[in-house]
Amino acid sequence: MSSYSNEEKKECFIISWKNLTQGALIRDLKRIRENKTGSWRSLKPIWNKEKCINCYRCWMHCPDAAIIIKNDKVVGINYDYCKGCGICAHECPRKIQAIIMVREEK
Amino acid sequence: MILAKTGNEAIAYAMKQINPDVVAAYPITPSTEIVQIFSSYVADGVIDTEFVAVESEHSAMSACIAAAASGARAMTATSSQGLALMHEMLFIASGLRLPIVLCVVNRSLSSPLNIHCDHTDSIASRDSGWIQIFCEDAQEAYDTTICAVKIAEKAFLPVMVTIDGFIISHCMQKIEVLSDEEVKSFIGEYKPNYNLLDVDNPITLGPACLPDSFFEHKRAQAEAMNQALNYIEEVFKEYKERFNRELFILEEYQTNDAETAVICMGSTAGTAKIAVDSLRNKGYKVGLFKLRVFRPIVAKYLQRALKNVKILGILERMEGLSAFGGPLFNEIRSVLYDEVQRPLTISYVYGLGGREITPEEIEEVFLELLSLKDKKREDIEKFKYINVR
Amino acid sequence: MKNIKDLLKEEELFSSGHRACAGCGEVLAVRQVLLASKKPIACAMPTGCLEIVSTIFPHTAWQVSMFHSAFENAAATISGMEAAYRVLSRKGKINKKIYFIVFGGDGGTYDIGFQALSGAIERRHSFLYVCTDNQAYMNTGIQRSSATPQFAHTTTSPKGEKLPGKLQPRKDIMEIVIAHEVPYAAQTTVAFFHDLIRKVEKAQSYEGPTFINILVPCPLGWGHLPSLTIEISRLAVETNFWPLYEYENGVYRLNYRPSEPKPIIEWLKLQGRFAHLFEEKNKHLLEEFQRYVDEKYQKLLKKCEVSGK
Repeated sequence: MSSYSNEEKKECFIISWKNLTQGALIRDLKRIRENKTGSWRSLKPIWNKEKCINCYRCWMHCPDAAIIIKNDKVVGINYDYCKGCGICAHECPRKIQAIIMVREEK
Repeated sequence: MILAKTGNEAIAYAMKQINPDVVAAYPITPSTEIVQIFSSYVADGVIDTEFVAVESEHSAMSACIAAAASGARAMTATSSQGLALMHEMLFIASGLRLPIVLCVVNRSLSSPLNIHCDHTDSIASRDSGWIQIFCEDAQEAYDTTICAVKIAEKAFLPVMVTIDGFIISHCMQKIEVLSDEEVKSFIGEYKPNYNLLDVDNPITLGPACLPDSFFEHKRAQAEAMNQALNYIEEVFKEYKERFNRELFILEEYQTNDAETAVICMGSTAGTAKIAVDSLRNKGYKVGLFKLRVFRPIVAKYLQRALKNVKILGILERMEGLSAFGGPLFNEIRSVLYDEVQRPLTISYVYGLGGREITPEEIEEVFLELLSLKDKKREDIEKFKYINVR
Repeated sequence: MKNIKDLLKEEELFSSGHRACAGCGEVLAVRQVLLASKKPIACAMPTGCLEIVSTIFPHTAWQVSMFHSAFENAAATISGMEAAYRVLSRKGKINKKIYFIVFGGDGGTYDIGFQALSGAIERRHSFLYVCTDNQAYMNTGIQRSSATPQFAHTTTSPKGEKLPGKLQPRKDIMEIVIAHEVPYAAQTTVAFFHDLIRKVEKAQSYEGPTFINILVPCPLGWGHLPSLTIEISRLAVETNFWPLYEYENGVYRLNYRPSEPKPIIEWLKLQGRFAHLFEEKNKHLLEEFQRYVDEKYQKLLKKCEVSGK
C-alpha cells in the first residue's frame, strides 16, 4: 500500500525498494545536473564581453562553477546553475566592471 | 590437525587462516588477546593483513567499514564497552551492506564496571541489522568465524560471532583445525558489490536520503535480513559436506522425548548438557536446546523444535531491564504466539557479570520446571533469577 | 606548479547543481582544492553542510569517489580506505597511485572528529586533510564550535544582556596538528586562489599526512551578503586575523605579509555575528580582539624567525 499516486510514482525516481542500489550507493554522477539551481536567483549577473579582460577572478571564485570558459576565454555565465550570489560582480576589478548584477525577472 | 587453543587463540588462528586484507582493532578485556596474537602474526610476516592500530573502537569499526567499501576484506574484534562505543557504526555497516566479520567476546556493560561474561553487550546490538551467531566453545568459534566470512559475503550483511568472555576466551581446549589451503578455498576471494578505489568508476557512498527514499532503503535492508537464514543454512551445509563438521542453527540435545526442556546460548549449553545427562540417568525426561543464531530470528527452527515441549525454561545471561523478562524470553514467546501448542515459558536470568552457573544449579532449574507440571499457568511465577543473593 | 591556463582546462570535479547557499565559501574551497589536486582521488567527508548539500540521494555533486559514513570519523574512514589501498596495492590488485583527501568542516575536525584526526595523523596514513573552517557548526544552524572566534555570536554562544557571545578564544588547530610533527601543514583561504592551489600541490608532494586549514566565510552564519564572501575572506588575511602561512619540515614560513595590515574592525564590521561588538558597552571588547590578533601574529612571526634559522 502506498500513498503515492501512480503519476507521482512515475515522476519519482523510486519505483520500488526492489530495484535500489545497496547501501544507497550513487553511481550516476551526472544526475545532479537535473537540479537547476538557477531557479534560486533573485539577482542575475550580466557579463559584458567587450569590457572583460579575462583575469579569471570571476571563474576562480564562483562556488557553482557557473562561469563558462572556452579556449582560455570567458564566454558567458551558466544561468542554469548561477544562484545570483554576486561574488563575480563584486570581484571583477572595480575599474573594469565587466559583470553587473540586475534584478531577476520572473 | 589438533591444536590446544583458548577461545581467543582459536579465533585469532581462524583469522590468520582467513588472512583478511585489513584488521582495524582496539584492545579491550577480554578480547584483547585476539588483537595481540593477530598483531604477532602480522609482525612475523605470516599473513598479508594491513593491521591498523586505531585509537578507539568507534574508529576501528569506521576503518573496517571504509576498508570493506574499498574492496578489502575487513575483520575486527571487541567486547562490552568497545561494542557499545561502536554502536553507531554497527547500524552504518549494516545499512551500507558491508560484509564485515566482528568477533565479540561477550562481557557485561557498565555501570558498574565488570570485565566478566554476560551477553548484554551483544544483545544490546540486536537491532543493528547484524547477523549474530553465539558459540558454545573454542571449536565452534573457530568453525563459525570461518563460515561467517562466507555468510557475510553472500548475504552482504555484517556478521557478529560471539564467545563467552573468560569462560571460553581464556580456557584451553582441544580444537581441530583445517589446513590453510582448505580455509582459503572455502572462503574464496572477496567480490565486493562496489569499490571506492575503482577510480575509473567513481561512486558516492553514504549520501543523505530524504523521506522520499529512506523507507525504501530500509525495506531493502530488511529483505536482506529476511534472506539471511537461507545463506546461513547454505554455508553451514557446505562446511559439513566438505569438512565433516556440523554447525547447528539450533542444536537439540536429548530432546526427542523431552517434555521439559531448557534453552540457552553460549557456553552454558555445555554446562547444561551435564545437567541433562545427570537427570536422564535418574530417569527424568529432560532436554536442552542451544540457540546459536540469534539474529535473524530463526522462527521456523524454534517453532519446529519446541512443538512438543510442555515446559520450557529460558536461560538468559542478560537482564534486558524491561520489567517483563529478558530479550530471549520475549522473542521466543513471540515466535510461539501463533502456535496451537505453546509451552509454558519461564525466564531464568543467570550469570550476570560472570557469576558462575553450575550443573547442579541447572539441575535445580529442571526439577523446578518439572514441578510446575500440574500448576495453573496464572499462578506460576514467570521471572526467576538463579543464584543471586 | 599548475598555472591558471592549466587549471582552466581541468574538469570540474564538484558539479554544479549542488544545494549549497548562494555565495557559500565551503563548496568554493572544495572546488578549488579539487582543481589543484593530483588525480585520481578518493575522498572521505564527515557529516556537515558539505555532505548534505552535495549528496542528497539520488544526486551527488562529486565526480570522484566519495565516502561519508558518520560525523566523528572522517579521519578514521580515510585510514580504512588508505589501509585497503596499501594492502591491495601490495597484493597487485591496484596498480595506480591514488590520492586520498578528507574534506572536513571545523565541527568534524576540531571537535567531534578531533580524536580520529589525531589518531590518523599519528599512524602516518598517507592523506591530505582539508579542513574547511567556517568557524561554527553551520549545518545544524550555527552553533559554536571550538573554532569559533571569541565574542562571535552563535546560537549556543549568543550575545545576550549578560554575555557578549563566545567567551573562549578559538582553538589553534594548526599548532595541534604541527605538534604531531607532520611533514606539511598550511593555512589559507578562498580569496587567495594561487596560494591555495600552491599549498594543495605542495601538500600532495609529501606522502603525508598533511593538513590544510581553509577559512571559508558563511554568508548565513557570519551574517553578510553572499557577494562579500571573497572580500571577507581577503580581509581576514589583510587584518592578520588569518595569516597565510605554512609549516614544512620544521620550518614556519609566512607566505604573505600585509605591508599595511588593516585594523580588525574592518573585518568585524562586515559581519552580523560581530555586530554587537559595536555597541557602546562592548567597545573594550573590540580593543581586546585587536590585541588578541596582534599577539597571535607576533607569536607566529617569532616562530618563523626562530625556525627559519
